[in-house]
Amino acid sequence: MAVLLLADHDGSAVSQPTRSTLAAAQKLGEVHVLLVGEGAAGAAPAAAALPGVAKVLLAEDASLAHRLAEPLAALLVQLAPAYDHLMAPASAAGKNVMPRVAALLDVQPISDVSGVVDADTFVRPIYAGNALATVKSSDAKKVMTIRAASFDPVAATGGSAPVENVAAAADPGQSSFLGAEVQKSERPELTAARVVVSGGRAMGSAENFHLIEGVADKLGAAVGASRAAVDAGYAPNDMQVGQTGKIVAPELYIAIGISGAIQHLAGMKDSKVIVAINKDEEAPIFQVADYGLVGDLFKIIPELQAELAKG
Amino acid sequence: MKLLVPVKRVVDYNVKVRVKADNTGVETANVKMSMNPFDEIAVEEAVRLKEKGVATEIIAVSCGPTAAQEQIRTALAMGADRGILVEHDGVLEPIAVAKLLKALIAKESPDLVVMGKQAIDDDMNATGQMLAALMGWPQGTFASKVEIADGHATVTREVDGGLETVKIKLPAVVTADLRLNEPRYASLPNIMKARKKPIETIKPADLGVDVTPRLTVLRVEEPAKRQAGARVASVQELVEKLRNEAKVI
Repeated sequence: MAVLLLADHDGSAVSQPTRSTLAAAQKLGEVHVLLVGEGAAGAAPAAAALPGVAKVLLAEDASLAHRLAEPLAALLVQLAPAYDHLMAPASAAGKNVMPRVAALLDVQPISDVSGVVDADTFVRPIYAGNALATVKSSDAKKVMTIRAASFDPVAATGGSAPVENVAAAADPGQSSFLGAEVQKSERPELTAARVVVSGGRAMGSAENFHLIEGVADKLGAAVGASRAAVDAGYAPNDMQVGQTGKIVAPELYIAIGISGAIQHLAGMKDSKVIVAINKDEEAPIFQVADYGLVGDLFKIIPELQAELAKG
Repeated sequence: MKLLVPVKRVVDYNVKVRVKADNTGVETANVKMSMNPFDEIAVEEAVRLKEKGVATEIIAVSCGPTAAQEQIRTALAMGADRGILVEHDGVLEPIAVAKLLKALIAKESPDLVVMGKQAIDDDMNATGQMLAALMGWPQGTFASKVEIADGHATVTREVDGGLETVKIKLPAVVTADLRLNEPRYASLPNIMKARKKPIETIKPADLGVDVTPRLTVLRVEEPAKRQAGARVASVQELVEKLRNEAKVI
């Protein structure tokens, strides 16, 4: 039977994590892509052009505009009988709705899948990626979210799937959308950034922590912080990278004045290239770093900014 | 208004987890255990709602082994009023915990469940959403701000790239994200007081819930190890290597 893939889109394109999820879905069977939410029709041509998609389902209804979990889960449950697998990227939207769908179908969801072994068997990270579990589901239907970083996205074009309209399910009417506040920062979002520059407790103060921003701006990078820096009040909690914060896997991660506590490593060790800058040459962060630089941060940071400016 | 706050006993966030030699799981014997950090945030939020006069009673629940009483005591020391331990040795998947909580809700009739968005052991990020679904309640997940008024909760949610605000009708489930608050440390007098607060112990069978896991763990492995790389002598060398060797800038 087929796979139903709930896509993330921006009203014109489908997201790259959705294309990675499609790569995972294609290992399991024929894929139908479901588009809902504001501007869904605008994204239909892009979804139809994804290679290997058999059908695009388009659900346009005011109740679905903001992808609230309650009406969206009801729609997915209504569509579920035709599918063995229901999946979404492990984005905020996917993680919000898929477990709700699973419960309504009396299924244990499989979150954050990083590997597809067969139709029932999947690999997923546990303990913030410090271990990988291979699990076999005994449920009749599998409800999953997919860790995009683990699958190469399929191309954006090459297919030509038909688009079919589907009706929304009855809205339970328990929730309403009041508004959204998209981050105004000029810096990219931490979990989506290509480069992340993070500071630790060695930054010494909230004032000094701003030095990290100077380096980040030279690289168009997002700014992160270790839990120690957050606990010390140098950086806000939403910057925290680690097991209790955000899990990031950028192409380049620069850790400045971060010793490399386990809980921090758990949040960044899947980065492609890791740079560690620390005055303590025994710091555990060097054990995971591709490039290590030992020295005084307050001397190195301005030098680094100047050197990057030469680019 | 009555609040139910589920808390999970997990390996402390500062412990380096080790995969068992036989690849059946991770080592949890003789390892420091703590309350799941996101659940601490949920307890803190509940206590603040009580301090503001919005909530009148906080019940802390843990589903897990006998020793999970310790985590319930921590919640009581932070300000919860009483505890319930649903005692079970062995794996409890989110679907089982959601069903256990549903059965407890039938007995306790809370107006709001506040819980962590995710446990840092199995990283499922599912129990809150599943409980809301089983109850037919709305959900406010990944909350960074919660306001209660007129039988509704206004929840600001952490979503990809920003925030969104939803209004949900009570009763409801709210799951806590990092920014919701910074949990307090329990004071010594409150820790002493917590010892006298009641904890009721029940079994899944008493609640009529089948907790048989749906997922069989075939294997648990360590991820591929990262190789430590090279030291560079200067900022110039570092930037040169990033440009020409790693080609990431």
